[in-house]
Amino acid sequence: MASNQQVKLLGVKGSPFVARAEIALKLKGVQYEFIHESLSNKSDLLLKNNPVHKKVPVLLHNDKPVCESLVIVEYIDEAWTGSTILPSDPYHRAQARFWSKFVDDKVFPAVFKAATNPNEKEREQGGEELRESLKILENELKGKFFNGDSIGLVDIAALFIAFWLPIIQEAVGLDLYNSEKYPKLDKWGQEIMNHHVVKEVLPDRDPLLAFFKGRFRSNTPSK
Amino acid sequence: MGDEVILLGYWPSQYGMRARIAVEEKGIQYEYKEEDAFNYNKSPLLLEMNPVHKKTPVLVHNGKPICESLIVIEYIDEVWNHKSPLLPSDPYDRAQARFWADFVHRKVYDAAKRIWTTKGEEREGEKNEFIECMKLLEQQLGEKPYFGGDSLGFVDVAFVPFYSWFQVYEKFGNFNMEAECPNIIAWAKRCLQKQSVANTLPDQHKVYDLAIWIRKKLGIE
Repeated sequence: MASNQQVKLLGVKGSPFVARAEIALKLKGVQYEFIHESLSNKSDLLLKNNPVHKKVPVLLHNDKPVCESLVIVEYIDEAWTGSTILPSDPYHRAQARFWSKFVDDKVFPAVFKAATNPNEKEREQGGEELRESLKILENELKGKFFNGDSIGLVDIAALFIAFWLPIIQEAVGLDLYNSEKYPKLDKWGQEIMNHHVVKEVLPDRDPLLAFFKGRFRSNTPSK
Repeated sequence: MGDEVILLGYWPSQYGMRARIAVEEKGIQYEYKEEDAFNYNKSPLLLEMNPVHKKTPVLVHNGKPICESLIVIEYIDEVWNHKSPLLPSDPYDRAQARFWADFVHRKVYDAAKRIWTTKGEEREGEKNEFIECMKLLEQQLGEKPYFGGDSLGFVDVAFVPFYSWFQVYEKFGNFNMEAECPNIIAWAKRCLQKQSVANTLPDQHKVYDLAIWIRKKLGIE
């Protein structure tokens, strides 16, 4: 359907949201140009193509923009043939969308609350919320990946837990997520980070750790 | 077809209204069950079908639950794909529809809710944010009769339930929707010509009375 087309991805290399789009493009074997944005000095290209949110990632397909990471992933799945990212059955598609949304609506806010809220009670509350969300995901994981034998939408969305969450924990001194409490998630995390496409996309750990240390306040470790 | 379709909803909830409009647009035979959501009087069926969030709407199709209003709309559109398409067929247009539905779902909903649950300067800020969102949506609508073009689409179904709450936002935010965004009002009235929307949206006064009651219960004043 869409061959020899011009594809650009506006992003920053540390962002879990940008990584989603990159993984989807690579899974489909799409050639693209990665345009590095500076979040403190946003380019005209970014502002013009995402005037509503002014955020990355932005996919430009023949200069037409698609914004919001999960919208981009679904778009990539529909616009290009190749390995499917969402299941074909409507009920399973609904489940995939549900769990991806769960990661965005529940996991991300809880992590940032637990790691960065200036109020100690709020941080504890965030920790509780994170533990609850992770427990739900741990129970939901039935196979090698959330999508079964191959990675799909939920795995791509939840990659944040496997790669970014441990780095954030180390940066601020938290230990809410670990292999003892969440053995299935931990195993899944190892599998997905070893996936040949995911490996290509994941940024280097050390600069990201330094970034989070610099940005987030340090807290006393909590279990 | 032999389908059993149950919709669990709560009458003032914009989320529930979305699911109901979608089901009605498709002419699906369904049973509607009202949940007493604000009193936290959740039915065993709701708790069984949505154990994660325990919220409405839930579409139960042949015993299998689908949760989250926008996901419900997409599911309905994919399964009952023989009439009244809600999402466009072109992937790029679909992406735009999903983007704007997400915008309504997050940005508009949050600002709107905070107009009637906050006060003073904070409320003023939320009102202005809400009005800005409305203007963006007016731009997006342009000259089209509906966001979906010539017929109701994903964004229309996602957004039109807010109409039933406009009086709440106007009274607490102290502004006039017709004055600020006349094209949105015109669009909403156009949508209300549709049976699916007219059957679903509650009366604005009824919603306003509920908002007053909720504020009292939550001690906001």
